[in-house]
Amino acid sequence: MTRERMVNAAMLLILIAFPLWAWAADEPFMITLATKAVILALAGVGLNIALGLGGMISLGHAAFFGIGGYAMGVLASHAQNFDPILEGPFLIEGTNSMPIIWLTAIIASGLAALAIGAISIRTTGAYFIMITLAFGQMLFFFAISWPAYGGEDGLSIWVRNEFPGLNTLDPIQFYAIAFTILCAVLILTARLAKSPFGLALNAARQTEIRVETVGISPYKLRLIAFTISGMITGLAGALFADLNRFVSPTMLSWQTSGEIMIFVILGGVARLFGPVVGAVLFILLEHLLGGISDYWHIYLGALLLVIVLFARGGIIGVLAGREAKHG
Amino acid sequence: MADPILETHGISKAFGALHASKDISIDLVPGEIHALIGPNGAGKSTLIQQIAGALKPDAGRVILDGEDVTALNTVARAQRGLGRTFQISALAMEDTVLENAMLGAIGASGKPFHFFRRALDQAEARAVAEQALEQVGLTENMATRTFELSHGQRRQLEVAVALTLSPKAFIMDEPMAGLGFEGSKNLTGFLDTLRHTAPILLVEHDMDAVFALADRISVLVYGEVIATGSVEEVRNDPAVRTAYLGEEA
Repeated sequence: MTRERMVNAAMLLILIAFPLWAWAADEPFMITLATKAVILALAGVGLNIALGLGGMISLGHAAFFGIGGYAMGVLASHAQNFDPILEGPFLIEGTNSMPIIWLTAIIASGLAALAIGAISIRTTGAYFIMITLAFGQMLFFFAISWPAYGGEDGLSIWVRNEFPGLNTLDPIQFYAIAFTILCAVLILTARLAKSPFGLALNAARQTEIRVETVGISPYKLRLIAFTISGMITGLAGALFADLNRFVSPTMLSWQTSGEIMIFVILGGVARLFGPVVGAVLFILLEHLLGGISDYWHIYLGALLLVIVLFARGGIIGVLAGREAKHG
Repeated sequence: MADPILETHGISKAFGALHASKDISIDLVPGEIHALIGPNGAGKSTLIQQIAGALKPDAGRVILDGEDVTALNTVARAQRGLGRTFQISALAMEDTVLENAMLGAIGASGKPFHFFRRALDQAEARAVAEQALEQVGLTENMATRTFELSHGQRRQLEVAVALTLSPKAFIMDEPMAGLGFEGSKNLTGFLDTLRHTAPILLVEHDMDAVFALADRISVLVYGEVIATGSVEEVRNDPAVRTAYLGEEA
């Protein structure tokens, strides 16, 4: 077992033990905090496929996070108002079934990522960052000016959506759902990184011309990776909206994109568990420092500075050594 | 002579007032090594890039195995059997030697879009990759990360990745660059046998290697081919002696 695997296993153990302790100690708020960390970690795992594996520095992933959130908000609000989304030519009703909401979120954010990626991936470097940011902002302002779904005020959903056989309003059960999804996505991501596609994508990040010269289109590789990345972040968005029973344009804001990127950088770019460690640390800091000062982001900024300057591999890099990749 | 595998017909390329390629027609026939020589700035790299698909010529055509590939990009030309090595190694430095060779083999297999199988378990591609590494003598370094390789080993890996493509023609841009005496000698010996697998268009500054290997030499000066012929013919060509070898004719 490599050191990185040990760090990953420890992280998983914490994510199992901590909520169980909170459950036993009857601390529902702590479970909700852990749920938030797990869902944000999922959003980061999505971004890490584009950023870590593909080398695409997207500052627009809030778009997919928000689309996932609104997929939940739109479907659930129609369901709670008994008001179909579309009556003709065929009937589309709202739903409060989580699996259907997740699927919708994944498809909608995947399509958005495909469209945004198809244009953005033609650029590189700072231009790529700016163009993804621009797309994110477009969606943000669209949501603000869309009165049907709450506009600036956002949309409240009264009851958490349903999952067959579970009581999703029970914090520990909802945590179990989010944690299971995170684990499943981590397994898929690990496999993706080791697959022929992952090998080629990773090579395209390092030497584009070489990948072209062996007859593989780097553009195609990146577009697929960007789409998968957007789908995962979109799924996280649907879960996040369900956790809060609320969705608003804030989910689409560029600050959200920045936070998702912070999870990845904090934990370790291109490390399988990087975003998980990053998101957990972020939530921990927010909880601990946020209690001391409203300006806790200053300390976060300082930490980020130290990481970027002295530990390019993020927290995982510090704990597990530099060279191991995707354990 | 057999039909050429690779031909250029009247390729021209200008960058503003600079004519980097002027009406260049060269070809590559099966079993040969065709060396392309010329002083710095003669337009060798520009020509190579137009043949490989990285640059579009202003005029002229590139024919690969009877097919006009002028309009195709690098990816499509690679898929049609053009194996290229670079003057400055273009390798995935963080990846292992085997992974770099696997990249070539996966590209050649035409199936890079598998998402859940392990790349290194792809038996066919792996066999191709391992064989290529064996051919260039890197079998013992398979698990080494590429940035840990010596300069000479990176040159060998460049060639191995091209080998995994089983190309119809090789284009090699200064494969000897930066190799010591021993390294050049070994690679020269290897390329000598490789020509029977597929012909090689060789851009090289190492004249010992060129004279030892080339069946034909084309001399490029200021974007123009001023001579093409056997080693003897080119050596004795007065225009070449003046322009390239720096001797009074």
